[in-house]
Amino acid sequence: MTLFGHKLPVTALLGLFIIVLNIAVAVAGPYLAPYGETQVVGGGWDPASAATWFGTDQIGRDMFTRLIYGARMTIGIAFVTTILSFAIGISTGLLAAVTGRWVDTLLSRAVDVVLSIPLLIWALMILNVLGQSLFSLVLTIGCLDSTRVFRLARALGIGLVSLDFVEVARMRGEGLGWVMRREILPNAAAPLMSEFGLRFCFNFLFIAALSFLGLGVPLPYADWGGMVKDNVGGISFGLPAALYPAAAIALLTVGINLVVDWFLSIDARPSGAQAEM
Amino acid sequence: MIRLILSRIGLGLLTLLAVSVVIFVLTQILPGDVASSVLGQSATPETLAAYRHELGLDRPAVVRYFVWLAGVLHGDFGTALTNGQNIIEVLWPRLRNTLFLAGYAALLALPLAVGFGILSAIREGRLTDRLANIVALLAISMPEFFVGYLLILNLSVNHEWFPSLATVGADTPFGERVWAVTLPAVTLTFLVTAHMLRMTRNSVLSTMSTAYVEMAFLKGLSRARVVTRHALPNAAAPIISVIALNLAYLVVGVVVVENVFTYPGVGQYMIDAVTKRDVPVIEACGIVFAAVFITLNTLADVTAIVLNPRLRHPR
Repeated sequence: MTLFGHKLPVTALLGLFIIVLNIAVAVAGPYLAPYGETQVVGGGWDPASAATWFGTDQIGRDMFTRLIYGARMTIGIAFVTTILSFAIGISTGLLAAVTGRWVDTLLSRAVDVVLSIPLLIWALMILNVLGQSLFSLVLTIGCLDSTRVFRLARALGIGLVSLDFVEVARMRGEGLGWVMRREILPNAAAPLMSEFGLRFCFNFLFIAALSFLGLGVPLPYADWGGMVKDNVGGISFGLPAALYPAAAIALLTVGINLVVDWFLSIDARPSGAQAEM
Repeated sequence: MIRLILSRIGLGLLTLLAVSVVIFVLTQILPGDVASSVLGQSATPETLAAYRHELGLDRPAVVRYFVWLAGVLHGDFGTALTNGQNIIEVLWPRLRNTLFLAGYAALLALPLAVGFGILSAIREGRLTDRLANIVALLAISMPEFFVGYLLILNLSVNHEWFPSLATVGADTPFGERVWAVTLPAVTLTFLVTAHMLRMTRNSVLSTMSTAYVEMAFLKGLSRARVVTRHALPNAAAPIISVIALNLAYLVVGVVVVENVFTYPGVGQYMIDAVTKRDVPVIEACGIVFAAVFITLNTLADVTAIVLNPRLRHPR
């Protein structure tokens, strides 16, 4: 099988399959789930059976159903966050690259300060101020993550802004928005695409970790990180309930990383191995 | 060179100062008026004013910032809101625990990552390399708590080889401490090793595309010899800064791992404070994490400058 004119290796094919499967489950969730999201179908931590494929969770809800609903919430939130992060990161990054001077200095120094300590620490402090809601979660992670996108977009923009066609567009009298959108963005699109996969993975794990710590997606919703947290009590009795949502998180990230890895290897420069041949 | 290193350290201090300003604004100014939220709606303006004066909130923000900063520099983080404990007394032993865990994990991760990184660079494209690559990719993708609970379930619940909770006190003997911390350290190792391995491999391979390496190949040297004698010395500087960066990452990675194993470290303290909305503790943990992280990053830069003469003369 080929994609974009490149042959897909087995690993990338597997990754693609995992991603498509996850998206399908997230979209078709309610139609696939055998029970309701909050429906109690048995005792706490019942073992797996024909009726409940992965057993039940700590208060007797069907684990399989919760996993399906969790896909929707977990993937959806991470996706929205990444979109927000790219919207902010690309627009400020290209703005810094095109305008230069003090705008660039100001934005870059601010980003340096944010990135000088781990984003998790910032997130903890900001979520403490904003309180726990889906909106503040998306906003916080989106803004924090946009600093990384900013750096990439700015670097790409600075490489492009001195090229002739940008110069021509400026002399033609095109405005700032036109230069950013029509001259620079299309030429920076390819590296930004593979960055999207990586940033999605990062945000997905980030939100899962926050939910696991009890600070992410608030309560009534099923999400994978929160499900791990809810079910950890069973671990000390040897019950694997908490591992299913954790494994679901791992599976999707592996899938995306397999595809991104292949994507990055396409235009990787040949190294010493070629020199040897 | 001394001047460059000093300026790098100065930059680190300046960054830390900037971070402290942002933390102060985030935790003390943005949340609004503490007095009215503590005293409630029915408080009279006089009691509000008196309470604000008692907390020092009637002074301008700039003055409050410097008073707070002076306290922090003297190791005085104030007292926790929830239980009135002196924060520094709780924080200090916890910081030692966190650094102990991170150091243990680093000790396990370093030889693994650098060893396998170089090995997979030597055997690029062969089975060893591909295997190392796949394992590293799996490790990067797995959330910390998945690895942690998998280890707990298999090694401490189903087979009672290791304790599932890493509870250590101030007087836990060293041997026992190492034993208790092994599972969390292995979990952390799993995560950082993958990053370090890939970056080591890539920095060795990027020196492999230089002209002098091609020359070495054309002389007829074996691939193993070219990698170890020609590529590796020039890749050493980036590898060392990668290591320092990952050690910094390790200190943050502990936040989740400490919570999985209920290990009494700074990360657990901070999460606890965030759930209870204990602002002074959050602030203190934030500053401590920032200080450790920035110190390690600065250290990475300084070692890179010392090791690589080319960095000493920037264009």
